[in-house]
Amino acid sequence: MPDPRLQLRGVTKSFGEVSVLKGIDMEIAAGEMVCLIGASGSGKSTLLRCMNGLEPVDDGEVFLDGVDIAEPGFDLSTIRQRIGIVFQSFNLFPHMTAFDNAALAPRRVLGEADSAKARITGLFERFALGDHMHKYPDQLSGGQQQRVAVIRALAMKPNTMLLDEITSALDPELVGEVLDVLRQLRDDGMTMVLATHEMSFAREVADRVVFMDQGVIAEEGRPEQIFSAPQQARTQQFLASVLR
Amino acid sequence: MKTLITAAALSFAATSAFAAGHCAAGKTLTDGTLTIATGNPAYYPWVIDDAPEAGKGFEAAVAYALAAEMGFDAEAVTWVRTSFDEAIQPGAKNFDLNMQQYSITPERDKVIDFSAPYYTAPQAVLTTTAVVEAGAMPTLDSLKTLKWGVVASTTALPVVMEQIQPDQSPLVYDDNANVVEAMKAGQIDAALFDLPSALFTSAVLMENGALLGQFDPAAAENPDQFGALMPEGSALKACVDEALAAMTENGTLAAIEAEWLQEATGVPLIK
Amino acid sequence: MIAAVSTIAVVLAVVVLVPMAPGWEAVKKSFFDGETFVRTFPTLLRAFLLDVAIFAWSVPMIFALGLAIALSRGARSPALFPLRVFGAVYVDLFRGIPVVLLVYLVGFGIPGLGLPRPWNSPYIWGTVALVLTYSAYVAEVLRSGIESIHASQRNAAICLGLSERDTMRYVILPQAIRRVVPANMNMLVALQKDVALLSFIGPVEILRQAGIFKSLLANFTPYVVAAIIFLCVTVPATRYADYLLNRDRNARS
Repeated sequence: MPDPRLQLRGVTKSFGEVSVLKGIDMEIAAGEMVCLIGASGSGKSTLLRCMNGLEPVDDGEVFLDGVDIAEPGFDLSTIRQRIGIVFQSFNLFPHMTAFDNAALAPRRVLGEADSAKARITGLFERFALGDHMHKYPDQLSGGQQQRVAVIRALAMKPNTMLLDEITSALDPELVGEVLDVLRQLRDDGMTMVLATHEMSFAREVADRVVFMDQGVIAEEGRPEQIFSAPQQARTQQFLASVLR
Repeated sequence: MKTLITAAALSFAATSAFAAGHCAAGKTLTDGTLTIATGNPAYYPWVIDDAPEAGKGFEAAVAYALAAEMGFDAEAVTWVRTSFDEAIQPGAKNFDLNMQQYSITPERDKVIDFSAPYYTAPQAVLTTTAVVEAGAMPTLDSLKTLKWGVVASTTALPVVMEQIQPDQSPLVYDDNANVVEAMKAGQIDAALFDLPSALFTSAVLMENGALLGQFDPAAAENPDQFGALMPEGSALKACVDEALAAMTENGTLAAIEAEWLQEATGVPLIK
Repeated sequence: MIAAVSTIAVVLAVVVLVPMAPGWEAVKKSFFDGETFVRTFPTLLRAFLLDVAIFAWSVPMIFALGLAIALSRGARSPALFPLRVFGAVYVDLFRGIPVVLLVYLVGFGIPGLGLPRPWNSPYIWGTVALVLTYSAYVAEVLRSGIESIHASQRNAAICLGLSERDTMRYVILPQAIRRVVPANMNMLVALQKDVALLSFIGPVEILRQAGIFKSLLANFTPYVVAAIIFLCVTVPATRYADYLLNRDRNARS
């Protein structure tokens, strides 16, 4: 059996006195789409940030394709090329056009010059942003900006995407266009870990749903199982509060 | 030995007899004696070796010549010492004349009396030994090639620009201290100071100072002039002025200046 | 309308009342003498070119050094701790010393160590003094700019695999520098005026030239001429800085 794409063993993380992750064990297979659900502060975002080394873990191991990236001193820049991450607040570079946002890392990190251009232009066109490629972020809507952020991550040709509540900051009418992008990625077979509050979307696309509560994985399973027949009382409670 | 004493006694007697009819008679602190003050200590080249009695150095020489002109011979001159500042304060004095490079100024003239000037300070070229060793000469042609520094508010600037007309534009400073500092830093080669300041600066403030030459004092506009200082309302003033006028007239002063301020100091006239 | 009326009233009052003051004729003669104005203007303008030249060659050095100090103060790696300390000491030291003192110390002191010509020139060392002082200020301005860029920008860049160096160069600095343009404009206006301090160590720039004219002509008009020439440069520059500041403020609100 091949190594899972991502594997976490006993991952803990605290900020000062606050213990945010209390021993997470998790495996994500290549091509799998995993949705993290749970209340704000349950540790979803922190978990995602530990997966690409943006937050160093206090204890435990994080394997990417069988290599422990949580080891101190590990050169994270190499794995960051393989794991794309998109944030809730887009975090586009405001002084660059959408295209330059996406082209910066391929040029500087992958050393691509002309080859990047066609590829990145292709991405913009694929996600219906071909006309907006040369605009600056503040000239784009929130949904467009978030799609640019996804394109920027994809431009590095990652094999895994981490998506941190990427629709939470959007007006409701703009959420759909971003979710469409994720559907397309799923059809491409991209490995994805998605922290989300969009329960119906999770139910529709996820291979697996993980419910987090107070820094632990409270329950996980296939979406229909979690949403239709949650086993844990706190899962039921949470779902009752969000699906009202 | 015996002869000498006799000769001195004789001459003293003769002088006293002569002085009785002279303008200074009865106007000095001690009749028959001229009491002259100098600095404590007195400096080169004004008084050599702090020993005015020897008559060596510009002011010492002027003092004896002046005394002679007024009818006192060498033995009738008594020296006392005063500080520079105490002498220009109002009040009773323990001297008839005080000579230590007092510039004649209207402010000072209000509280004490000045004689006619016995010296007009010329402009002198202050430089460094390095510049002299590099071949600078006391000629206008040579001065042109130097890098000049001048004080902005003095008449030195027009002198440099019009008489010397240097090849490079001069650097300009707020005061003499900055000029000296720039010279120490090697940023300028030469500067114009009045001769007394130049002598002092070169001897005391600089390690490698040198004086290249001095301009004819007549050329200076508004030059510093030194006068012998006397108590306010001194009866002796007319007599001193008369004697100084005579010494200027007959070339005595010029000769003393040439001897002690040009030859002895090695500061030649610039041609 | 009210503004226009009151402005006209004030201008009229100044134009009419000031010449009625008993000392006006004397003041006019020593500060606003037309003949002196015409006579000294060309020389003063030429002297001002020296100010402009000193300014022009100082600015790139100030920003290069200021940037280097700002970056060294922000160095993250523990191995670079000494660099951080150096940056902090540098900024404290050179912001703490009055410019004019540094001009004297550096301008006379370093050449006094025995440098040969032309390396002892007051132009070189006066410039060094200006660069030391102003780079310390600019370093602080740039550092505040760098720190004002939200950490999420850095995170986004790092997560794309960019190195610390590229992150600083392509993501943080361009934004930080843009953000502190107004503050730096004010710095440049101050520098333009402080260039005149070099006259203390010899160079005859406009202020010194005006002083020379003043002694020569016993008239203060040359200072007025110098002030006008300065204003012709600093007023537009200050206005432009204010404009940038306002634009920046509007953009953020």
